[in-house]
Amino acid sequence: MDGLIKLENLRTRFHTEDGIVNAVNGVSYEMAQGEVLGVVGESGCGKSVHALSIMRLIQIPPGEIYDGEIWFDGRDLLTLDEKEIRQVRGRDIAMVFQDPMSSLNPVYTIGFQIVEALTLHTDLNKKAAKERAAELLSLVGIPEPEKRLDNYPHQFSGGMRQRAMIAMALSCEPKLLIADEPTTALDVTIQAQIVDLVIRLKEELGMAVMWITHDLGIVAEMAHKINVMYAGYIIERGSAQDIFKRTKHPYTMGLLGSLPKIDDAPGTKLFSIPGLPPDLVKLPKGCPFFARCAYRKEQCKTEMPPLEEAENESHIVACWRWREIQAGEIQ
Amino acid sequence: MGRYILRRLLSVIPTLIGVTLVIFLFQRLIPGDPAVAMLGERATEENIARIREQFGLDRPSFLDRDALAEGNLAGFFDSQYSRYFGRLMRFDLGESIHRRIPVAETLKERFPATLELSLLSMSIALLIGIPAGIASASKRNTALDGVTMVGSLIGVSMPIFWLGIMEIMLFSVFLKWLPTGGRLPTGVEIQSITNLLLLDSLLTGNFAGFVAALKHIILPAVALATIPAAIITRMTRSSMLDVLQEDYIRTATAKGLSLRIVLFRHALKNAFLPVITIIGIQAGTLLAGAVLTETIFSWPGIGKWVYDSILGRDYPIVQGVTLLISIIFLFVNLVVDLSYAILDPRISLE
Repeated sequence: MDGLIKLENLRTRFHTEDGIVNAVNGVSYEMAQGEVLGVVGESGCGKSVHALSIMRLIQIPPGEIYDGEIWFDGRDLLTLDEKEIRQVRGRDIAMVFQDPMSSLNPVYTIGFQIVEALTLHTDLNKKAAKERAAELLSLVGIPEPEKRLDNYPHQFSGGMRQRAMIAMALSCEPKLLIADEPTTALDVTIQAQIVDLVIRLKEELGMAVMWITHDLGIVAEMAHKINVMYAGYIIERGSAQDIFKRTKHPYTMGLLGSLPKIDDAPGTKLFSIPGLPPDLVKLPKGCPFFARCAYRKEQCKTEMPPLEEAENESHIVACWRWREIQAGEIQ
Repeated sequence: MGRYILRRLLSVIPTLIGVTLVIFLFQRLIPGDPAVAMLGERATEENIARIREQFGLDRPSFLDRDALAEGNLAGFFDSQYSRYFGRLMRFDLGESIHRRIPVAETLKERFPATLELSLLSMSIALLIGIPAGIASASKRNTALDGVTMVGSLIGVSMPIFWLGIMEIMLFSVFLKWLPTGGRLPTGVEIQSITNLLLLDSLLTGNFAGFVAALKHIILPAVALATIPAAIITRMTRSSMLDVLQEDYIRTATAKGLSLRIVLFRHALKNAFLPVITIIGIQAGTLLAGAVLTETIFSWPGIGKWVYDSILGRDYPIVQGVTLLISIIFLFVNLVVDLSYAILDPRISLE
């Protein structure tokens, strides 16, 4: 697979009244064309901010992308001027957001909002764009698409709005679709439908998908690669097999351990990682997981562990002690 | 939509009856006898009684209980209010007590002056307020935002009468650029069509007349526009700031739309609802503000007229003008409500 997008040492921070919030702290990875990448982690771990940084949708100020490179199509997205990045947004990289109830403009019809994206990035005239919009709606499984084009968002259910958002995102056949927790606000049955829909469309259209979620189950099912993020760092990255079967980082273990299991005895208390993620204004010098880690040692407090290869070249982890943990030398 | 408009128009009727009652009541609550005001303090009892009878001021305000006791049902209802209301039904606003001219006639003559002043002031307020609010919101926390906010704060707190006097002192007395008052200089004629001088002079191609009329109207219009402009600026800014935080603005940006289109197409239409409400309310205060402004600039509209009439206790004039302003206010509110439905598809009128 050829490379599609490459992030190098991406750093994003926000200037707030309480100080500088270090949201993304040196994120580097590569995505291949047609790849499905899962990005997981707790709330506030920098998943969304790093995705918004790729699209340059961070509000500046208070936000600031102060270091790093994002290579896409032979260009560093961070060096593009306003006009150039607008060409990338919606056409090359499209995004679907968390809350479909508030992500569509309430005063314009669904059709208008899809046609708007189409006429912006393609040569289609109004009429052709409207026909294409109807096709897109039917592609995402909305019945009677021609009629539905004239509906306003409030006439759609939550699941249908998310489908419309996906139709809008796919309108210009982007190379990368970033889905930022697109199922979080939806009912469980609708969640599954949306996941299936995106997988099907990915197969049909061949785009790459970045799926941001805190739901490990979803990424286990669909992702080629998974980034586990914590406090603005990638702390472990690998294939779904690597992450779920050959887990290395204590935090990832904690995340997996906190999932309820089908064979748990009734009344079993769910495991949870003790403590809270670190304050992003006062990041610790060493490993960000130090305070909550059961395996911590003195070195972890003072030195940030680098991402290093574990077992195979695609599986990387940032932990001083993963070998010892692996070997069962410490409990 | 049509049914809604009809229903709203019908609902105006009870409101208007309420308005006539309130207007009528408030006037009776003000101490002082119009007959005395008309004839002077030295008038004889006899003359006062004659005038009172002539204008129906000897009748009870609402209902005549004495007449009922005598079994006179028609007399029971024959009151100042019922006579006033009956005349209203015939579009008769009564006669001025002092000048003996029908109120409606003077109203027709003077109202266009106030309308022209109010329309121009509202246009100035909108042309300043909305762009300033949008610019301020999109450049939040910059020097531009700061200047706009301080400027609008000063505008809101400015007393109109003081601003008017300052304008006259600077532009008329000191710089001698503009006249101190009036609507037209003597000697300039504008053929009357709508009685809105700016419009009429343009319609008749009377350029000199247009300039003369503009020179006269500009100072009072600016004075009257100051407070609404400041309020509309602040409202547009805060409403835009709210909307710019919305998820759909991020969606619009993520599509690749330019900032200009995001602001004007996606944000403004949403931000406009609270602004329209404020504009509607300002239309009312504008008419009230006209009383002060017209007095300062000797503007021959209904504002100055009603001011003089209040001092002279000329009830029919005050009643007529108040009624007209109330009708305008009701109408403006109807337009505001209709525009909600046009701007926001979630608001259904049926």
